[in-house]
Amino acid sequence: MRDLLYLAWRHLAYHRFKTAVLVLSITLILYVPTGLRVLVRQARDQLTARASSTPLVIGAKGSPLELVLRVLYAGGEDPAPMRYGEAERVSRTGLAQAIPLYIRHHAQGDPIVGTTLDYFAFRRLRIAEGRQMTRLGECVAGAEVARRRGLRPQDAILSSAENLFDVAGAYPLKMRLVGVLAPTGTPGDRVIFADIKTTWLIEGLAHGHEDLARPEAAAGVLERRAGKVTGNASVVEYNEVTDDNIGSFHFHGDPASYPITAVIALPRDEKAAALLMGRYQSAAQPHQILRPIEVIDKLLATVMTVERFVVATLVLLGATTLATAGLVFLLSLRLRRREMETLVRLGASGRRIAALMAAEIVGVIGTAAALAGLLTWTTAAAGRDLLDRLLID
Amino acid sequence: MIRILDLDFTYPAGPFRLRIPGLEVPPGALAAVTGPSGSGKTTLLNLISGVLAPQAGRIWVGEVEMTSLEEAARRDYRLRHIGMVFQEFELLDYLTVLDNILLPHRLSSRLRLDPLVRRRAETLAAQVAIADKLHRFVDCLSFGERQRVGLCRALVTEPRLVLADEPTAGLDPASKALVVELLLGYVRSCGATLLMVTHDLELLSRFDLLVDLQNRSKANP
Repeated sequence: MRDLLYLAWRHLAYHRFKTAVLVLSITLILYVPTGLRVLVRQARDQLTARASSTPLVIGAKGSPLELVLRVLYAGGEDPAPMRYGEAERVSRTGLAQAIPLYIRHHAQGDPIVGTTLDYFAFRRLRIAEGRQMTRLGECVAGAEVARRRGLRPQDAILSSAENLFDVAGAYPLKMRLVGVLAPTGTPGDRVIFADIKTTWLIEGLAHGHEDLARPEAAAGVLERRAGKVTGNASVVEYNEVTDDNIGSFHFHGDPASYPITAVIALPRDEKAAALLMGRYQSAAQPHQILRPIEVIDKLLATVMTVERFVVATLVLLGATTLATAGLVFLLSLRLRRREMETLVRLGASGRRIAALMAAEIVGVIGTAAALAGLLTWTTAAAGRDLLDRLLID
Repeated sequence: MIRILDLDFTYPAGPFRLRIPGLEVPPGALAAVTGPSGSGKTTLLNLISGVLAPQAGRIWVGEVEMTSLEEAARRDYRLRHIGMVFQEFELLDYLTVLDNILLPHRLSSRLRLDPLVRRRAETLAAQVAIADKLHRFVDCLSFGERQRVGLCRALVTEPRLVLADEPTAGLDPASKALVVELLLGYVRSCGATLLMVTHDLELLSRFDLLVDLQNRSKANP
């Protein structure tokens, strides 16, 4: 048998281009449907797990899917904002704990999630290095972000400028990284967390600058009237919160009117959840309340339908390609008729010649199956990571 | 070594007919088969080696009656005991020279491919001046070199009978001399029997027997 395998190998190696094309074709036929299935199953499991761990989400009316994807993965399109006051209103009902989220800004491509410390407890996020953020201008990084960017506590993270051409807009904020989260294998690894007030600071709703009431700041004063000082354009705003300047930071307006992306509502029980949902049923309500698992289930139903069509198409395509590969083998046998005759004239048995041909076919199909298996395994191993990236980006 | 009695053979689709009432080639003999094109020289070799089966008559190779064997047994006997040299070499292009020479050992489960056989293959290759080409593919070789590879393949199993179908046809004088010397040298040194189809009149004097298929006769040249 070893000799036959050797002869088969020599033939396949000699006709390496034809062999490579056959192996590649069969590999793709086997891999694409199975790889797709693995990926879809992983997506389903992952989306379902993340969604089912998030009881209720409240946001401005609009696309439920965009809102849910933004809340669960900090990705997708930016949904319409709502007011922070809505989070306070939910808390005041006593029906649920409200966790506000403001997910709009980025730092070198990594999403900045503005929230409260309740979020860390809710998602069971643990600080692995450094400490938890305690004041304005501080942040903590997910494990993957820290690893990729080589970040350590006490490093600085600069928020990205939202609009380079808006000279009157907010400047990028230099945040102080005070902690790195332990890896969780969730989208939390790929984001930067800051207090929600810090994200408002990035937004330009709060700022800090030199004290204009002091005599040495006279150059920055435009007008002093009735104890009210108005600064001119030469007043430089601080782009970093430090021990020295933290006292100068202040918010303008009512925080209840500040924007947030959504509120995660953690109801006391099912009854509280039903009552809370009832409050958002009115058509006049500018907000929507969602059970993320229901939104994800709808999405998955669509994905599964599409997957079934794609797999059916791929199976048809695969059958056609396999038939073509079979034809290639048959034509190859015809082209090798003289070689067969030589083997017969030398004295090779019919069984041995058939075994030689079979070894070549099995070699090609076996190699293709092994490659397809390897690719499927790689897809399964990298699928979760890939999905996170797709959903966050 | 070879005995033929009342042989009668026709191809299913053709008027050709080969009839040999009797032919005997003793062990260790060098026999040349001659005759015009279409007289049945190659057919005779194929009948003796068991590639073809006659409609009537009996053929013995040594003590074995080939005509009484089943197809599988004929093939097995041929592979192990008969060395075949073809006019058109019949080498496998995807194998190196060495692998082509060792092919019979790879095709038979009863022929062992051990270091001794490899050394024998290398020695045969050296005798016909292709030792430096053992690891090349055969399509890189000249016409004469390919025939020498075919000859080495025929002899590597140390057969008791060698059937050669015009092995020197189309060869340059140097290649022809190498092939003939190796073939005759092997047969003489091993006491094997050679049946060789040839049109080369210069070679006839070196054979013990002449089988002329035109006149259906056996004579001493």
